[in-house]
Amino acid sequence: MLHIYCPHCQQHREEDEFSYSGEAHIQRPSNPEILTDKDWGDYLFFRKNPRGLHHEMWYHAAGCRRYFNATRDTVSYEIMETYPVGTRPQIAPLPTIGDDAT
Amino acid sequence: MTTADQVNRLESGGRIHREKPLSFTFDGKKMIGYEGDTLASALLANGVSVVARSFKYSRPRGIVGHGAEEPNAIIQLGEGNATVPNLRATQVELYEGLQATAVSGWPNVEFDLMGLIGIFGRLMPPGFYYKTFMRPQRLWMTYEHIIRKAAGLGKAPTEADPDSYDKLNQHCDVLVVGAGPAGLAAALTAARTGARVIIADEQQGFGGSLLASVLSINAQPAAGWVADTIDELKSFDSVQLLPRSTVFGYYDHNFLAILERRSDHVGLTAITGSRQRLHRVRAKQVVLATGAIERPLVFAHNDVPGVMLASSVSTYIQRYAVIPGRTLLLSTTNDGAYQTAIDWHQAGRHVAAIVDSRPQVNGPLIETAKQLGIHVISGHAVIEALGKKRVTGAIIAPINSTGAALTGTPKTLSCDLIASSGGWSPAIHLSSHTGAKPYWDDKKIAFLPGNSRQQEQSAGSANGCWTLQGCLQEGIEVGAAAAQKAGFSPAVDQPVDFHCNEPLQQSPHALFLVPHPKSTSRAPSQFVDLQLDVTAAAIELAAREGYESVEHAKRYTAMGFGTDQGKLGNINGIAILANALGQTISETGTTMFRPAYTPTTFGAIAGRDIGALFDPERYTAMHRWHQEHGATWENVGQWKRPWYFPQQSEHMHEAVNRECLAVRNSVGILDASTLGKIDIQGPDAAEFITRIYTNSYLKLAIGKCRYGVMLKEDGMIFDDGVTACLAENHYLMFTTTGGAAGVLAWLELWQQTEWPDLQVYFTSVTDHWATATVTGPNARKVIAKVCDDIDLSNDNFAFMDWRDGTVAEIKARLFRISFTGELSYEVNVPAHYGRFIWEKLLEAGKEFDITPYGTETMHVLRAEKGFIIVGQDTDGSVTPHDMNMSWVIAKNKTFSFLGKRSLERSDSLRDQRKQLVGLKTREPQQVLPEGAQIVNDQNQLLPMAMQGHVTSSYYSANLGHSIALAVVKGGLNRLGETVYCPLADGRILAAEIVSSVFYDPEGARQHV
Repeated sequence: MLHIYCPHCQQHREEDEFSYSGEAHIQRPSNPEILTDKDWGDYLFFRKNPRGLHHEMWYHAAGCRRYFNATRDTVSYEIMETYPVGTRPQIAPLPTIGDDAT
Repeated sequence: MTTADQVNRLESGGRIHREKPLSFTFDGKKMIGYEGDTLASALLANGVSVVARSFKYSRPRGIVGHGAEEPNAIIQLGEGNATVPNLRATQVELYEGLQATAVSGWPNVEFDLMGLIGIFGRLMPPGFYYKTFMRPQRLWMTYEHIIRKAAGLGKAPTEADPDSYDKLNQHCDVLVVGAGPAGLAAALTAARTGARVIIADEQQGFGGSLLASVLSINAQPAAGWVADTIDELKSFDSVQLLPRSTVFGYYDHNFLAILERRSDHVGLTAITGSRQRLHRVRAKQVVLATGAIERPLVFAHNDVPGVMLASSVSTYIQRYAVIPGRTLLLSTTNDGAYQTAIDWHQAGRHVAAIVDSRPQVNGPLIETAKQLGIHVISGHAVIEALGKKRVTGAIIAPINSTGAALTGTPKTLSCDLIASSGGWSPAIHLSSHTGAKPYWDDKKIAFLPGNSRQQEQSAGSANGCWTLQGCLQEGIEVGAAAAQKAGFSPAVDQPVDFHCNEPLQQSPHALFLVPHPKSTSRAPSQFVDLQLDVTAAAIELAAREGYESVEHAKRYTAMGFGTDQGKLGNINGIAILANALGQTISETGTTMFRPAYTPTTFGAIAGRDIGALFDPERYTAMHRWHQEHGATWENVGQWKRPWYFPQQSEHMHEAVNRECLAVRNSVGILDASTLGKIDIQGPDAAEFITRIYTNSYLKLAIGKCRYGVMLKEDGMIFDDGVTACLAENHYLMFTTTGGAAGVLAWLELWQQTEWPDLQVYFTSVTDHWATATVTGPNARKVIAKVCDDIDLSNDNFAFMDWRDGTVAEIKARLFRISFTGELSYEVNVPAHYGRFIWEKLLEAGKEFDITPYGTETMHVLRAEKGFIIVGQDTDGSVTPHDMNMSWVIAKNKTFSFLGKRSLERSDSLRDQRKQLVGLKTREPQQVLPEGAQIVNDQNQLLPMAMQGHVTSSYYSANLGHSIALAVVKGGLNRLGETVYCPLADGRILAAEIVSSVFYDPEGARQHV
C-alpha cells in the first residue's frame, strides 16, 4: 500500500484515501472541432505506459478532494515527488514544447 | 494413555512444564504432552513416526523440521465451524483437548490404500498438469476431483467462523522482524535511543535459536541473556513486543503486515476478544532478523520417516526434552551439526556415527565428539535411507572432494534416525517481497538478501552471518543505524562487545545432491521438495526437456508450489538445476518469494469488515418507517431503498401491479432522498455546467429546472439528472443515486485541472435533504392540503419549475419534475424532518388512498414512459443519439462541451449502432428476461448474428401487457419488425420492435 504525500494537505497519507486518475499533463485541445478523428483519438485514448518514471494524476478523494500530480517509478513504485496541478515536475522534466502543461 | 507413553521424552530438561500435562488426539488416538510443547514435539515424544502421506506417491512421511519450514506435518485442527486446515504441527502449540488429524492419507496415514496401489505417481511426471490433464481437455474436471482428494489438502470449514478478528493500523520508527540474537540486539539498541520499536516473532517465546542453544553470552547462559533483554525491552513504553506474531508480508513504502495469534495456543476458538489480529504497520525503518533455515541433504529415500534436520533434532532435545529416536546417524557437510550428535549422546542415546562429506575434519566440535567416543567418518555421505515407515538404517559411501562422485564401496549402518545438514539458507523471504534480488555467495553457500529497495536492512543469519557473536554484533550495528535513519541519536550506554563461547568452525562443504551408484534418473527417489514430491530426477528431466529458466523449471516441476513455498527444498533444487544445465548457481538465479511467508487466515484479513459491516449501509431519514411498513429492500450503491411494499400475503408482482395502478389512477409517494445532490455556486457556475452537460444552462431562469445528460469525453452517456437554478450563480444538480460520488469527482477534475480560471465551487448535499415524491393525478390535491403559501396552479407553478414554501409548517423546496410521467411534486425538506413530512403527506393523501411505492414500481412507470436509467439501459457504450435523445444536445453552444467532438467520430456516426427501442412480446403476458439476446432469424445456425439485448423488462399493469426496452442494431429504423430472443431454457420469444414510449406519448399527463 502506497504512502502518498498530498501537496495540498502537506501530509503523508495512506493510499486508501486516494484514487488514481491516469496520466498527468494531458491538455484538452482548445478547439476539438478542428481536429481530425485521429488527433482527437490520440487525445482520448492513447496514454504512456513507461517502465520507469511516470507523471500521473491522483485525487485525494477521502481528504481534501483535490487533484495533484506525482512522479512515480512504475518499477519500484517509489514516488519521487508530488506537485500541484498547473506546476511542472522537478524530476524527469517535461519537454518544453507547446503551451503550459497543466 | 499416560505420561509414561511418551517413550521419547527425556527425564529432565527442556522448556516444558511437566507439572501441566495436556491430553490431545491425533487421528483419533489419545496422547499426552506438556504445556510448552508444540504438537510436533508432543507427537515425537509419543513415538509417532508417520504423520502424513505424500502428495503424488502417497509415501509415508514424518516430521522433518521444527518451525515454518516443515513440509510434511501438515494437519487439520479441530472440526466443525472453527476447524483450521493446513497448519504445520511444528507451529501449533499444544493445549488441553487439542484435536488434530492428518490432511492426507486414506483411510489413514498408517494404512494408506493409494500408497499400496501407487498409481498416482506414475500418472504424475514433472509437468503433469500440462502432459496428462490437457488431453482430453473435457476430462480435466474429473482429474481435478481425484487430484484434490489425493493431494492431501485440508478441508475449509463450511460453517461461519465463530471467532472475531481485529485489524490495527500502527506506525513505528523501527520494526524488528525476528527475536533471535540479531533481532533482540537490534531492538534493544534501537529502543535505547528512544525510538518507537515493534519487535515481532512467530514463536511463542522470544529468543529464536537461543532457546535451544548450549552457548553462553558474556559468561551467562544464552537463555539468561534472552530473559534480561526481554525485561529491558519491556521497560520501555515506546517498545511493543509481539510474540506469536508472524510478519507475513512486506509491501510498498515500508508497509508490513503482521498476523498476531492471540488465542490459538489455548483453544480452537477465543474465549474472550478476538482470535487473531492483523497489524498493518507503516515503519520508518525495518530490521529483518528472520534467521536461517537449515538445508537438508538430498539422498535416496531421504523422505522416510526418521530423516530430520540436524538443528531440529537438537531443538527437540534442548527445548522440548524430546529425543526422536534411539540410534542417530548424522550426515553433515559442516561443523555446526556435530552439536546434534553431541546433544544426542549427552541425552543418553546411541550415536551410530557422524558421516562428514569433507575429506579432512578437525576443530573443537569434532574433537568434542571424538572425545565422547562418537565414531566420525570423514569423506563419506549417506547415499540412501533404508526402511519404509521408519528408518531402519542407512547406506553410506565414500565421496570425492567436490561431492560429485562416489569413490568406493557403500556399506550399511543401522540406525532409526538420520539427521542431515547441508548448511544454512538465510530466510530472505521478506527482503525478497520488496523486490530486492537475492544474490548467490559461493563462500557462504547461500543466497543473500539483495540490495535494499526499501528502508530495510537484514541482520544476523538472515544476512548470512553464521556465528552467534557475529549475529549479536550485526544486530547492534543495524539496530543503531535504523534508529539513526529514523532520526534518533545513539544512546550513550550502549554495550559494544559480546563474548560467546562458540567453537571455531572450519569451512563447510557445498553439497546439494548426494551421488548414488545409479544415475539420478535410475536411483531410488531423491526428494528435493518433500511437500510436492519433486525429485532430483524430475528437475534434471525438466532441464533436459528445455526448461532452462529457474522460473519455468519451478512451474514445470511444481517445486516450491506447496504451502511451505519450498522453504527446505528450493536451494537444493536450484543447485541441481544449475548442475544439470552446466552453469553456476549464480547464473541460474533464484525464484522470488512472495507474500505470505506462512499461510494467513482469511478471517484476520477480513477483520470486522464482514456481514453488515462489509460495506457501509446508507439509510434515508424515512428508513424506519419503511421498515415498519414491511418494505422489501433493494441495494442501490450503498443505499438501502424500499423495493416494494407488500400488503398481507401479496407476491412481488401483485404488490408492484397495485402500486403502479395507484400512481396512474390516483396518487403514490416515493422516497427519493437517495438521489445525488450537488450544490454548485460561483460566478462561472452556469458556464461550467454548460460545458459539462450536452445542453445549455446559461439562460436557465431562477425558479426553473432543466434535465441534462452528461457525457464522458468519448461521447458516451455517463450520468443524467435535473439541475435547478436556485439563485444568481447558485445551482442544485441532481445526479443518479449510484453516480453521485463519481459525478462530484468528475466536476472537480475539470474545474481543478482544465478550467481553474472558472470560479465555481461544489458541495455534496445529498444527505442534507430528505425527498418525498408525490406523483399521480391527485398529487396537487394532496400537496394543497399541507401547503398554503405556494400558488400550486399550473400557470404559476408549471412543469420543470421549483418553489420555496412551507409544507406542514416545515420550510420546504418543491420541484415539479417527474420520473413517472404524471403530475409530480418532489418535496425536499432538511433531512431530520424526513419522516415527519413523509407521515404528514401520507395523512394528507389518505382520502386519495395515497400509496407508498418502491424502486420496482418506479422502474416500471418510467419504462412505460421510455425514460432511461443510466447504468441499466446504458452501459458506457451508448451516445444520446443511440438512446433516441438527440433533443438533449444543444446545437449552437459556443463551447465544445465534454464529449461533443466524439459524437462526430466515424464510429459514433456509423449505421447499425445499437439504438434504444421498445419491444412488445407476441404473447402479451410473457415478460422477456433482462439481458436476453436478440436475433433476427430464429432458425439461423449457431453462431447466430446478435442484434442487441433487452435492457429493461417488466409487466405493465396499466397497459395490460409486458413492456421491454432494448438496444437493437439500427433499431430506430426497424419499428414494426419482428425479432427473436432465444433463451437459455430453449424457448424462443418473438417480439415486435416498437417505440420506446409506451404510455402517454404526447407527455400530456405531467403538464396538467
